[in-house]
Order: sequence, then C-alpha cells, then structure tokens
Amino acid sequence: MSLEIYLDLFSQPCRSVYIFAKKNDIQFDYKKISLFEGYQYSEEYGKINLLRKAPAIKDGDFYLAESPLVENHCSRIVAIMLYLTEKFHTPDHWYPADLQKRARVNEYLSWQHSTIRPHGSKMMWFKLLIPKAFGTEIPKEKMDNAVEDLNSSLNLFEEKFLQDRPFIVGDQISLADLVAIVEIMQPVGAGMDVFENRPKLKAWKDRVRAEIGAELFDEAHQAIFYAQEAVKTMDPEKIEHFKPKILRYFLS
Amino acid sequence: MAGRQAVKAYLDLLSQPCRAVLIFLKHNKIPHTLELVALRKGQHKTPEFSKLNPMQKVPVLDDNGFVLTESDAILKYLATTYNVPDHWYPKLPEKRARVDEYTAWHHVNTRMHAATVFLQEVIFPNMGQPTNPAKFKKALTDLDGTLDMLENMFLKRKPFLCGDDISLADLLAVCELMQNSFDCLFQPMCSGRDVLKDRPKLLSWRSRVQSALSDSFDEAHSVVYQIRQKFTAKL
Repeated sequence: MSLEIYLDLFSQPCRSVYIFAKKNDIQFDYKKISLFEGYQYSEEYGKINLLRKAPAIKDGDFYLAESPLVENHCSRIVAIMLYLTEKFHTPDHWYPADLQKRARVNEYLSWQHSTIRPHGSKMMWFKLLIPKAFGTEIPKEKMDNAVEDLNSSLNLFEEKFLQDRPFIVGDQISLADLVAIVEIMQPVGAGMDVFENRPKLKAWKDRVRAEIGAELFDEAHQAIFYAQEAVKTMDPEKIEHFKPKILRYFLS
Repeated sequence: MAGRQAVKAYLDLLSQPCRAVLIFLKHNKIPHTLELVALRKGQHKTPEFSKLNPMQKVPVLDDNGFVLTESDAILKYLATTYNVPDHWYPKLPEKRARVDEYTAWHHVNTRMHAATVFLQEVIFPNMGQPTNPAKFKKALTDLDGTLDMLENMFLKRKPFLCGDDISLADLLAVCELMQNSFDCLFQPMCSGRDVLKDRPKLLSWRSRVQSALSDSFDEAHSVVYQIRQKFTAKL
C-alpha cells in the first residue's frame, strides 16, 4: 500500500508535513506540485478544480480529495499530519496520548489559523511577491498594519504559547512547534528578520531546528531561502493570470 | 474521574463557538458550571479574565486547573476525556481525519464569513457602530462560496458532514449557520436572514443536526432567551 503526498514546499503547511514524514522515516511518494502554476490553470478552466488529478494525500483507498483553493489544500494538510501520527505510530511527543498535552497541541493548531498563519503569509506577499512579481507597491498604511498584526501574533506566541518552556507543550517538540516554525519562517523568505530583538523566539527556533535536524530543516526551507532569487526568474506570463485575484484579495 | 470537580466553562452565549461548547456539555451530561462573560460589556477585557486568557476571547475551559482555549481544541478534549459516544470524534484514524479536516477548514471559512455577515448586519448596527456596506456585500459573497464548498466538498451525499453520524464538525458548523432569530439578542431589530434559505440539501442537514441535539439545543438557547428577556425588561 503506497502513500502519496502532494506538496509544494513553498507552502508552509506542506513543509511541516514533509519534515514530519521525513523525520519519522515514513515511506511516501513525494509528488511535487506547484500551487502557483495550478492557479493559472484554474483561471483558464473556470471552476475546474486546481488539483483535479492530485489529491493532497492518497493512502491506499483513503484520500483527501482535491481542493480548488490553496487555502483549502493547506488546511487539509494539517489534518493529514494528525492522521499520519496515528497511522505510523510516531513517537508520542509529536501528538501526545496524554489528553491535556494533546489539547495544548490542538489549541495551538487551532489558534494559529487566524493569527500567525495569515499574518506570516501576508508578509511574503507584501514584502516580496506583490512588489517583485507583480510590480505593485503596497500602500504604507497597509504594510504598517500587516507588520503590526504579525508582531502582535508573535508577542502572543511568546507570552502565551512559549512562556518559559523549551517547546510549546513542554520539554519535547510536538506538531505545534513544527506547524509554528514553518509559518514563522515564511516572512524570513521575504527578507524580514522576525528573530531580530526576539531572543526567546530565536532560541526556540534554534532548538526546533536542532531537534528536526539542521539538514532536513534547511532542505525543506530551500524554496524560502531562495525566494528572493526565484522571484526574479518567475515567468511573468504564468503569474499574470492570478494577479488580479491576488491584488483584490489583499488590497481591496 | 472520582473526586473530580465539574469543569468550568467561560462562555458568552451570543458567541457561536460558545454555544457549541455548551450544547456539547449538556448533550453528553458532562458536569459543568457556567461563568457567563458578556463581550458586549467588555467583560473579556478585565484583568482577571485576561489572567485566565491573555487572548481575551471566549470560550475558555477550566478543568480543575487545566485551562484551555479554542473551541475545537476544547470540544476534542471533552470528547476524549469524558468517554462520549465515538461518533463525535471517532477513534478510527481515517474517520477522525475527516473531523480534523473540517475543523481546520472551519476557522477561515464557515466561521470567518458567517461571523462577518452577522457582525455587519446585526451587531454593529445595534451597537451604534459604523457598518461597511462593501465589506458586508463581500462577506455575503464569501459566505455563499463557503456554503457551496460545505455542500459539495464536505456534505455531498452523506447525512452528516463527516459520515453517517453527527460529529464535532456538524456541531461547530451548525452553530454558525442557525437562523438569525436564534442568534439575535435584539429580536425586533433582527435581520431574519436565513443564509441556508435556498439550499435544500443544507436545510435538511441542519434539521437533522438539530434533531440529533434536540434537548440540549433548546436548553442552550433557553439561556439566550432568558438573557434577552432580562435585557428587554430593562429597556
């Protein structure tokens, strides 16, 4: 029975699944997809699903079906990680059997959906993709608000979720740290140093990277580390298709 | 569970996720006490409440000193700690994944768009705050899109969102999509909007969910009615 996972490592949730599967030696068929290119086709073909032939995950007969939007693909990815912990009996600390510890992981996974995730994501769009790929400048007020939102989320992250603990749930790394780190790394790809003046956050990041393994961590983040370079060589025609939609979404 | 005290639930019953938690507690007869937090009176911003939850949000659960936020985390914790029927949050990985899939999607879809519509149409006007017609129009369109997905990606031909039986997914979703007459504290000024009006499949799903929850549903809402009566009596 083969496990297929469809991933675009430019996307944060996809990185967390990739890292999780690799770290736990879960054998899977890595199906590389490009969410950007998929957007192009969905515009061209109207309402035809972006990932029509590519479910996010296929495990024998069980599969999570295609999704027409990036957002939906990614939210399924997080559910997938929970599924993998059960199916492959990964070490307890990832998603503890202890119900209170597990609840803490769920609490973080839930909270981050409307905070760190969109705020971090937005910085990639605002600081890199929209200006460099679309040639559109972000109005100062919008930029300032976006930075403030991210900072508030990071403050809450440090004060409430991290506090004085080495990891979110306690002494050991869990899915919460994994999901958090990939989101927090996203603005880094846009050239924003989120760890500046945040020694606690930086110490946590170093700890998480060491736990995951520096090599695996860096490998998963290649697309992010080279984002500023990659944007220069992006095919303008490919991205023209979804420019109006993106601009409307972020700037209206 | 011997010697264990009842859980404390900090709720504002005007909040949809809070109602989901209350319905779950009542339906499964989980011993609990309620601490009502009135968001409209700013009770979530007091120093005491902020100490409990720095995020200043509801619902919050306090299980004998274990304090938990986020409605879906709370529901999952209750479902697994209190030995409720399996269908709420199935143990089988494939079935559980379906519920997790929905709860993940719920935040920035069903909840976000339904809440924006409700804020713009009911809450802001009633609190004398400025509304944004463009934002409201966009929220209605977004909600429409979400309902399409709810119907075509989740429900499809099934009786409930994640299978043959009701689960946490249905509970969370239905609390966002009830007729506004239930949500609305200010009955006379209520919009009367039913976002499921032209969607027979979702209408019958909603009835099914409400039937499955009948007593606890009414109980949870009777508290809302009581608050409303107290409030209108003061006017």
